[in-house]
Amino acid sequence: MSNYFNPEFETLSRAEIEALQLERLQTTIRQCLKNEFYRKKFDELGITPDDIKTLADVRKLPFTTKQDLRDTYPFGMSCVPLRDCVRLHSSSGTTGNPTVILHTQKDLDEWANQVARNLWMVGLRPDDVFQNSSGYGMFTGGLGFQYGAERLGMLTVPAAAGNSLRQIKFIKDFGTTCIHAVPSYVTRLYEVMKEEGVDPRRDTKLKVLAIGAEPHSEEQRQRIEQMMGVKAYNSFGMSEMCGPGVGFECPEQNGLHFWEDYYIVEIVDPETLEPVPDGEIGELVLTTLCREAMPLLRYRTRDLTRVLGRTCACGRNHIRLDRMRGRSDDMMVLRGVNIFPIQIEKILMQFSELASNYLITLTTDEENDNMTVEVELAQPTDDYKQLQTLEKEIRRRLKDEILLTPIVKLVAKGTLPVSEGKAVRVVDRRKVYQ
Amino acid sequence: MIRRYSFGNKLKEFGDFVLLLCRIYLFTTQNHTKNYMIWNPNKECMSRDEMSALQGKRLHKIVEYVYHNVPFYRNKLQELDIRPDDIQTIEDINKLPFTTKKDLRDNYPFGLQAAPQSQIIRIHASSGTTGNPTIVGYTRKDVGVWSECMARCLTAYGVTRDDIFSVAYGYGLFTGGLGAHYGVEHIGASVIPAGTGNTEKHLKLIRDLGITGLACTPSYALYLAETMDKLGIKKEDIRLRVGAFGAEPWTENMRKEIEERLGLKGYNIYGLSEVMGPSVSYECQMQHGSHICEDHFYPEIINPVTLEKLPAGQTGELVFTTLTKEGMPVLRYRTRDLCSLLPGTCDCGRTSVRMGRIEGRSDDMLIIRGINVFPSQVESVVLSMPEFAPRYMLVVDRVNNLDTLQVQVEIRQEYFTGVFDTPAAVDKLEKKLAAKLKSVLSIAAKVQLKAPNTIERSQGKSAHVIDKRKL
Amino acid sequence: MSIHQLSIFIENRSGTLIKVLDVLKEANIQIIASTIADTAEYGIYRLICSEPMRACEELMKAGVAVAPSEVFAIEIDDQPGRAAEAVKTFSEAGISIAYMYSFLLHGKGILIFRTDNTELARKIIVDSGLRVLCDEDLSKIN
Repeated sequence: MSNYFNPEFETLSRAEIEALQLERLQTTIRQCLKNEFYRKKFDELGITPDDIKTLADVRKLPFTTKQDLRDTYPFGMSCVPLRDCVRLHSSSGTTGNPTVILHTQKDLDEWANQVARNLWMVGLRPDDVFQNSSGYGMFTGGLGFQYGAERLGMLTVPAAAGNSLRQIKFIKDFGTTCIHAVPSYVTRLYEVMKEEGVDPRRDTKLKVLAIGAEPHSEEQRQRIEQMMGVKAYNSFGMSEMCGPGVGFECPEQNGLHFWEDYYIVEIVDPETLEPVPDGEIGELVLTTLCREAMPLLRYRTRDLTRVLGRTCACGRNHIRLDRMRGRSDDMMVLRGVNIFPIQIEKILMQFSELASNYLITLTTDEENDNMTVEVELAQPTDDYKQLQTLEKEIRRRLKDEILLTPIVKLVAKGTLPVSEGKAVRVVDRRKVYQ
Repeated sequence: MIRRYSFGNKLKEFGDFVLLLCRIYLFTTQNHTKNYMIWNPNKECMSRDEMSALQGKRLHKIVEYVYHNVPFYRNKLQELDIRPDDIQTIEDINKLPFTTKKDLRDNYPFGLQAAPQSQIIRIHASSGTTGNPTIVGYTRKDVGVWSECMARCLTAYGVTRDDIFSVAYGYGLFTGGLGAHYGVEHIGASVIPAGTGNTEKHLKLIRDLGITGLACTPSYALYLAETMDKLGIKKEDIRLRVGAFGAEPWTENMRKEIEERLGLKGYNIYGLSEVMGPSVSYECQMQHGSHICEDHFYPEIINPVTLEKLPAGQTGELVFTTLTKEGMPVLRYRTRDLCSLLPGTCDCGRTSVRMGRIEGRSDDMLIIRGINVFPSQVESVVLSMPEFAPRYMLVVDRVNNLDTLQVQVEIRQEYFTGVFDTPAAVDKLEKKLAAKLKSVLSIAAKVQLKAPNTIERSQGKSAHVIDKRKL
Repeated sequence: MSIHQLSIFIENRSGTLIKVLDVLKEANIQIIASTIADTAEYGIYRLICSEPMRACEELMKAGVAVAPSEVFAIEIDDQPGRAAEAVKTFSEAGISIAYMYSFLLHGKGILIFRTDNTELARKIIVDSGLRVLCDEDLSKIN
């Protein structure tokens, strides 16, 4: 069997990639202009599709931001009639307008193809057993990998997130060879394996891990590889592009290949929005090249990274980017879930029992990433049961909003540091961006 | 009104022409209810003779297939001295052995799988009766057949590609989520994979996106209605018009209440993962029984004690034989669901046989939030932990339309040591049991620790269960 | 240098506490101090009594979930600030107090507590010369 899932696209030369990109960019622009939002943007900038003659002309195009997606909620970014859409994903939370991403059948097919291509790249074949320990539903990690692994033809176990004892049982009973999960969950699984006396090397058939959807350091990856005794490959995705599948490491593990037949990759200075030279850190900007329902031009991902190279020993000449190095906004990524501090604030402020001072702390405790929300009580109380109930209710409401259950600590008024000027609401003590 | 013809190439053009006429008719009459759409009239409207012939042919094939590919069935058939060639017509099904949940358990995980592993692309799991779940593998063709059945079901509800359909069943190993999901995509409607939980956000999307269809358990539909009241959302603010409700028993009164409060029409959907998943049968516009996709799943009703076959109209245990399944076909699988097959034909134009409402179970299985729970599963967990006495009680209730499960266990006196001088230590033990229960039950149970000898010793079948729900 | 406390699991249900107290009454055991750490569903009833080991046996016979554990009982003068001094001795050594309750006995204050580091606490008590009670001190109360 070939080393490539789509040899005709994966092994293109740089010149061929760029020619294909230009062709697809022009098609994408025509698609975008079916939509009021982009028509207006083009008018404002005084450009027409004819102005895009070379790939470098991409810089003439307008940027698109998450705020644009919110402002046009729910269907303002759609370039096809709704009846041609077959799927919708939406960001978490009820704070403000969520973002809505639409897909046609072709979009889904292309998405599944990207994921299948990635999994094939790291050596998975139809005989493999793929256990997807990622959240399903609106979170794209579940359905994205499900469709991709099925496309490749693997036996796919939609185990979904959590319930570690059952995950381990399935890994053993089904002879699972690949798990996809967020890195912090892999370490959690390993801990439970240890408690249960399961040795991943001896008792499982694991051979590959796909980890992603939350930032992690090279050291963390190596630790995971040592624990589980298999290679762990970094996966990058975001729902605005489709979901997982956008970028993935090859067996060389020297950066993430971003599929340039699907995206134009730019790295810009988040302040000046000017391109930065290869090797320098900047904000990742992506233009979709194959999407029908909701193509995006120069979407500002807010993720910080840098270009590592444009060729690779694996034979793929698709651009290689470094693992994500941080964010250019205040979004936190915890266990694969994107969280903005404002979401937490809004929930806390709904409780009359609470004062307005709060602090979010992110920590790595024994390999687990945790969020602790400390919040001051408005009134002192000695009723332990009432405090317990209040704490539980805050936890539940926060879970509804951010999909994770943080540790909630109720503290007496005046306990938390009062900052002068802009309040410090988030302390990130994890070792992820080092 | 017929939506799609597919009988042979020659007639295809004619079919397209009819389709065009239908569209014109619909357009001119402004009839947006589209009452009589049928996804696959070829199969759904077959004459009885044709259906029986097709079923007989498929039954022969499936028996031959399992005979050669599943040692379990080969042994069973050989014991009964049956060769595949003995099965020629659908009536010959009476010669075949039954399959039970215990057979699935004994052959865990892949013992009943007929297709080679490389052909299996999906696994689902449902509750087993002990610690091991029931595992079902699907080939690509199986997933296709399933989508087809779901498409028939949704079309019977009047769903078209113009609909925006939210799937609020659980996603993952449970068949409800992905099953409905693939069907909605198959007919070309927009699917919203809402999943369970996060009700407020779900409601926001229902309102803001103008969602028209909803698949969930009937109790969750009522919970949505309740949350709407709480948030001040009126049924005039939303555009829901079709609901696909199933995975748990519900009554005509619940249907009325859901329809009234959400402003939609609610249809029953039935399925079980051992056979396929949701859409084994579905209601049509007549809402008089659920049509079974009997070209794929052959139904029988038997007396659960004597195993004798019962005639149409009589209530007994529902038994299914999968006629086309490749991954894990089952012969005469005893569902333990009690219902009847309705005699006569339906005014909707479908000729496929209908089943009545599920009237009960012939075992002690509970359905909690759409998930099957066997008391014996709880038992297997309690027995595996020496900290607890071998006594337990499941207390099931419905609070604000959400099912709750409480598991009461007794802490064993000799395990109550000095470390339990703080609630934190007791909580830890509670959590350990809760995690084990969740790994086996797939749903969260609230553990309540009891003092020694406070749970009544069990006598008889339902002594381990207190079901406070009034269904 | 420590005393035995009984920890008893009781459900939050009427009648559960009286069952425990009745057993002690029947066995003629005197309760010296007690406290309940309660949660929404159950409580841990902590008890200091005249004959802890016999009480424990009797309760077990009656089918109660009970277990003895060792706690420290420090005697202090019944004056403002003495409790603070005693606790400070431990906190300065980096020892956390898991729980504490107190009562008066023959005009002296008694602090009952458990720490997260029993060995170190023992050493601190010896070094600081704090006066601690043992089981015999309590059995001689009558």
